[in-house]
Amino acid sequence: MGKKRLTMRRKESIYGYIFVMPWIIGFLAFTAGPLVFSFMASFTNYNITSQMDFVGVDNYQGLFTEDSLFWTSLWNTLYFVAFSVPLTTIGAILLSALLNQDIPGIRFFRTLYYLPAVLSGVGVYLLWMQLLDPGTGMVNLILSWFNIDGPSWLFDPDWTKPSLILMKMWSVGGSMLLYLASMQGVSKSLYEAAEIDGANTWKQFRHITIPMITPVIFFDVVTSLIGGFQIFQEAYVMSSNGEGGPANSLLFYNLYMWRQAFENFNMGYAMAMSWILFVIVFVLTLINLKLAPRWVHYEGEEK
Amino acid sequence: MAKTTDDASYVEKKDGLKTLSGTNKNPGYFEHRGNRKNMLKLINFILLAAGSLLILSPLWWMISTSLKTMAEVMSFPPTFFPESWNWSNYIRTWEAAPFTRYTINTLTITTLVVIGNVISNSFIAYGFAKIPFRGKNVLFAIVLATMMIPGFVTLIPQYVLFAKLNWVNTYFPLVVPAFFGSAFNIFLLRQFYMTIPNELIEAAKMEGANHFYIWWKIGLPLTKPAIATVAIFSFNGAWNDFLGPLLYLNDENLYTLQIGLQVFKGQMSTQWNYLMAGSLLVLLPVILLFFFFQKYFIQGINLQSGGK
Repeated sequence: MGKKRLTMRRKESIYGYIFVMPWIIGFLAFTAGPLVFSFMASFTNYNITSQMDFVGVDNYQGLFTEDSLFWTSLWNTLYFVAFSVPLTTIGAILLSALLNQDIPGIRFFRTLYYLPAVLSGVGVYLLWMQLLDPGTGMVNLILSWFNIDGPSWLFDPDWTKPSLILMKMWSVGGSMLLYLASMQGVSKSLYEAAEIDGANTWKQFRHITIPMITPVIFFDVVTSLIGGFQIFQEAYVMSSNGEGGPANSLLFYNLYMWRQAFENFNMGYAMAMSWILFVIVFVLTLINLKLAPRWVHYEGEEK
Repeated sequence: MAKTTDDASYVEKKDGLKTLSGTNKNPGYFEHRGNRKNMLKLINFILLAAGSLLILSPLWWMISTSLKTMAEVMSFPPTFFPESWNWSNYIRTWEAAPFTRYTINTLTITTLVVIGNVISNSFIAYGFAKIPFRGKNVLFAIVLATMMIPGFVTLIPQYVLFAKLNWVNTYFPLVVPAFFGSAFNIFLLRQFYMTIPNELIEAAKMEGANHFYIWWKIGLPLTKPAIATVAIFSFNGAWNDFLGPLLYLNDENLYTLQIGLQVFKGQMSTQWNYLMAGSLLVLLPVILLFFFFQKYFIQGINLQSGGK
């Protein structure tokens, strides 16, 4: 009996491995293998031809001490992340609070606000290039109605990054839906109890809704931080074939890495850059995880 | 079986709410609050309505600009409604670049990617959700951890790999990885498989069915809604993919719509009417897909947040 059970279990295990095998193969071939190669090659002067000499930490040292564009690209990326992550997070939370109400047409509104989030790619970037065009675009036209003399957006180094952040705000509906789903999971009885205690709408939002959705806020912040550091396409398309915009103001980290890897073929150098990015993202995620217990509220924790 | 228990708890919940709202309707107590509440709802409605104009105006602007003559595009101040509706702009745009070719190419890649993603992720997720085996939790933790790796870290060495395989200027680098599963989709489908009772699978095993059969005959049909979500997300991802084709396709005959549009942008410089017509044509399938299959988009989001 015992023996038969064991063989059953082994048989199950074999099935298990067969089912996850495609992922294991894909992981080894397209993730783990490339990671190992990239790490080793980051200590060489690899340039995709046969040249691959060990150069120690030269790539890393060069990036930190001799490459001013590296610092420019890092600064641009930090700037973008520092503004876009909080703005889109707060925007999404406020929007989902407005959309979590029982008012006429609410389903229509939800659909409408979500729509921009599914649109992406070159079509959207071209649309925003037109919208932000200082002479013929819509944004400055609307600003002029309020007697505001709009900036030159993508042509002014001070305004290029805010342009991209504005574009991101338009598609805030994606994370809005995440928050909305979580808000709808908050028990009605909590609000009813608060009402009896005389708490007003703002207090209810502040002391019930926000704490209850902190797990989703946490998830959203972590993923949008990781995503924000990887901004590339927007800058590539909106700065004419990846030139990096006026005064390199759109030269983001990944854009500079792209240039080093696929335009200059400094592969070893670019791979060293990618590992620095990896470490930055990893450390930030760890910090987030460490800070989480201080503000993220998990249901059933107190029990 | 599961259905009846669901129904029972539903009734219970309903009753619970009834008694609660019963106490709430305490006459007089909430009356002055009721007015305030309606005021807030009105403000809420006005804010949402004003916001929808902001959300919709870029899309309207795209349509409007695509129909204008170049003279009107350049006129100052810009106009919200075209003076004349030049539908021929769309024909001119389509003929100005090999958009038919680009569409066929994009559809080819997209179809293959969707098929690959649906089959591989459903298969893998079944393994992670329904079969016990040693090391499963560790492997699944690795699946989730791969979502944290910045794309460019693997992008460059992957390019080296595909270049050595002579896959540059083919669709292989864009399509083949889709057949080996991807972390996000595995996660999504696993969440959904978890809601299928194990008894169902045990019962099938008692009848002598093996896991392949159970996956094909029970797993796939029961997870249809989640598969639809994966299919739609993959369609969107492949249709909008810019980075992959930019990196791997140099031959103009292989270009996708995204690359084609980028090239078109270079040719047209500031011919905004044609550029907007082209952008709209490329975005249209995604917009239509969204309106027809909304619920699957939303389900994907719900599955995502269910796992938090």
